Amino acid sequence: MTVTEEKGMAERSMGLGLRWLSKLAGSDLLDRIRIRKQVERALFTGTKNGFRSATAAGRTFKAAQRLTGPARQAPSKPRALFDISPDDEQQMLKEGVRDFAEAKVRPVAKQSDFDKAAPAEVLAQANELGINMLGVPEELGGVMHEQAAVTSVLIGEALAHGDMGIAYAALAPGAVATAIGHWGTAEQEATYLPAFTGEETPAAALAILEPRPLFDPLALDAKARRDGEDWVLDGVKSLVARPGDCELFVVAAEAEGLGPALFVIESGASGLSTEPEPAMGLRPAATGRLLLEGVRLPAAALMAEGKREAYVECVQRARVAWCSLTVGAAQAVLDYVIPYVNERTAFGEPISNRQAVAFGVSDIGIESDGMRLATYRAASRADQGREFAREASLARRLCAQKGMQIGSEGVQLLGGHGFVKEHPVERWYRDLRAAGVMEGALLV
Amino acid sequence: MINLEIPKKFKPLVNQANQVAQEVFRPISRKYDEAEHSYPKELDMLASLIDGMNEGSEIGGAGATGVRRESNGEGDGGNRNGSNLSTVLGIIELCWGDVGLLLSMPRQGLGNSAIASVATEEQLEHYGGKWAAMAITEPEAGSDSASIRTTAELDGDEYVLNGEKIFVTSGDRADLIVVWASLDRSAGRAAIKSFIVERDNPGLKLDRLEHKLGIRASDTANFTLQDCRVPKEALLGSSDVEDKKGFGGAMQTFDNTRPLVAAMAVGVTRAALEEARARLAEAGVEIDYDTPALSQSAAAARFLEMESDYEAAHLLTLQAAWMADNDKPNSLQASMAKAKAGRTCVEVALGCVELCGSLGYGENDLLEKWARDAKILDIFEGTQQIQLLIVARQLLGKSSSELR
Repeated sequence: MTVTEEKGMAERSMGLGLRWLSKLAGSDLLDRIRIRKQVERALFTGTKNGFRSATAAGRTFKAAQRLTGPARQAPSKPRALFDISPDDEQQMLKEGVRDFAEAKVRPVAKQSDFDKAAPAEVLAQANELGINMLGVPEELGGVMHEQAAVTSVLIGEALAHGDMGIAYAALAPGAVATAIGHWGTAEQEATYLPAFTGEETPAAALAILEPRPLFDPLALDAKARRDGEDWVLDGVKSLVARPGDCELFVVAAEAEGLGPALFVIESGASGLSTEPEPAMGLRPAATGRLLLEGVRLPAAALMAEGKREAYVECVQRARVAWCSLTVGAAQAVLDYVIPYVNERTAFGEPISNRQAVAFGVSDIGIESDGMRLATYRAASRADQGREFAREASLARRLCAQKGMQIGSEGVQLLGGHGFVKEHPVERWYRDLRAAGVMEGALLV
Repeated sequence: MINLEIPKKFKPLVNQANQVAQEVFRPISRKYDEAEHSYPKELDMLASLIDGMNEGSEIGGAGATGVRRESNGEGDGGNRNGSNLSTVLGIIELCWGDVGLLLSMPRQGLGNSAIASVATEEQLEHYGGKWAAMAITEPEAGSDSASIRTTAELDGDEYVLNGEKIFVTSGDRADLIVVWASLDRSAGRAAIKSFIVERDNPGLKLDRLEHKLGIRASDTANFTLQDCRVPKEALLGSSDVEDKKGFGGAMQTFDNTRPLVAAMAVGVTRAALEEARARLAEAGVEIDYDTPALSQSAAAARFLEMESDYEAAHLLTLQAAWMADNDKPNSLQASMAKAKAGRTCVEVALGCVELCGSLGYGENDLLEKWARDAKILDIFEGTQQIQLLIVARQLLGKSSSELR
């Protein structure tokens, strides 16, 4: 079934539902029998399901070459000296992406937030910058000889300075390429990675997060059970970027006899569907759920032979990636509030002449710089092939906590003006809360 | 190339400092906390050892070798890891042992740092090898060092100092006191200069030693200067009142020493975290870095939160020192580090006491002591509020008259 047919059906059924709904809502029957809340809730769920659609038909992925073994980027040489400066190449990339974020991303951020979608041409332009092939080994057409966690962090930070939600949408496909480049089998690499280095790179998503409180990526509800040679997957994944457009997924599920593991799934797989799941922030990423109902996969879909270390590393790398976006958005808040509090006057002078205001700015500066350094440290350890579980975890804690505070302080410093959509700080308030919520979805 | 690990070449220094902390400081920590005002004589041998280290290598002790910008280590492709970074690393380890004892180290005073940073060759020769304390604060002038009332009047070949100084760390034990005084109180901050006063100068009268909340191993003295005469050559830096750099020069000492105090706070913070972690482990609480904090016990989640603040404070401190090594202006980063490390140290040390219950609160262990020691680190060398002011002025582009 094609996407258009499915949408047509969904729209028709919604039309019927709405007529029924308004008739029902107008009647006082619900109140009389005290079930209005339950019915409304059921209707809400029903309405959402009305929007459920099949995943995109997608292209046919075919192995372009035969590899004797999986190609991998080498770790960088261990560094002897302490250093906070990016190298020349990183600096260039960082500045390029920063310029792009300022010229192309920030101007469309407000509308994209409203539309719950980023403009296709902005995503295409971002992709042209090569941001989605940083994890592709050179043998498969990649550009980075060594692992590129630090480079990815610098790019994520620069892009999110423009807009965190658009950054999520733009970088999500790269997470799939990086996952396959790091943990894919030779066959998976040969089959899927060339698509990420060409002109028309596919939308793709790394889906780990699930809709439940206290989600723990090491204790997944999604299950993969064995059936002969095959795997059969069931579960629900949450806040996936543009799931309806994706042609390829890497999905985490508890694999029978192995533990949490990653599977490569093409969008055409039967039993796979998506539904919208808009959230308080990250709205330009058109977040949605990915539903797996008896999705049958060949044995070859399993990544890294289901090794736990590979999966855990994936979770850690994702956390560092979200930290990088958080740092960029936090910096955006700082850069925005400084001129505002300097220009806004009250009681006859700029409000920044008051310590109560000025100290708020200081704290944003101090905490965002701490977040940045903690994130850089985790990424740099990852590139050098060192353990980085501790550093990733602490950077995440820091970004979750302080990122949220910075979002809140940004609105506070603008007062009522911060609460209205004329200024971007309310959007950053919503976006920055994501730092403590998101798992998976992006990778460094 | 971004790398935020401790450089390999400083590993021996870090190990050495850690051993001193472990073998010398920790065993006498409680003793001198209880015996306030008695001199920790165990430090004499150690001080000689460190003097030897200062001469033989760039391994610094407590930062008293000063922070001259030219004393940088060799680099790779322009990046340098020099004495600022090595000093900060050494201090972190030593204060992991005991911050009060570090402050009591002979010849490692803040005055030494000031002398080493701005003294002329002649002054270095004359005053080198002596223990120098620093006297800035007055009863009516704390954070506002520009309003100090102690005066210095030129009389022939001598300056005559009059005034009152409080909170002088190691003031009783040091050989020299670097005293801040004004050459002309109507000329404002430009007239504020620092003078080296010999401890046995008859015009320098010790009023009393303070009894304190923490860092009790370190003596804190109050002085009266009464017609205290010092030779003209005792003035540090330029004597020109018109020289606007005068006060800036004095304050510059702080730009250089803030990362050092931040390092002290980082060391105490780490000590508290390690102790609490060990105690929690005994109680069956393990910290897991992969499981989300909120899916672990409340104690583990709290610990992770505290450790993440420690990580930020640590890295901000290393950043400030690294910038100094690389001749990058670091006034903003130095204050950020001091602010973050100071407040983190207090929050974490007190938090660890709570996590460990009566074990943390009781005197059988050192946690309660570290929690008392911690508080001064958010106060001296510029309080939390002063650091926030400096950071705000820099970020907002404000002068000290606009943002007061």
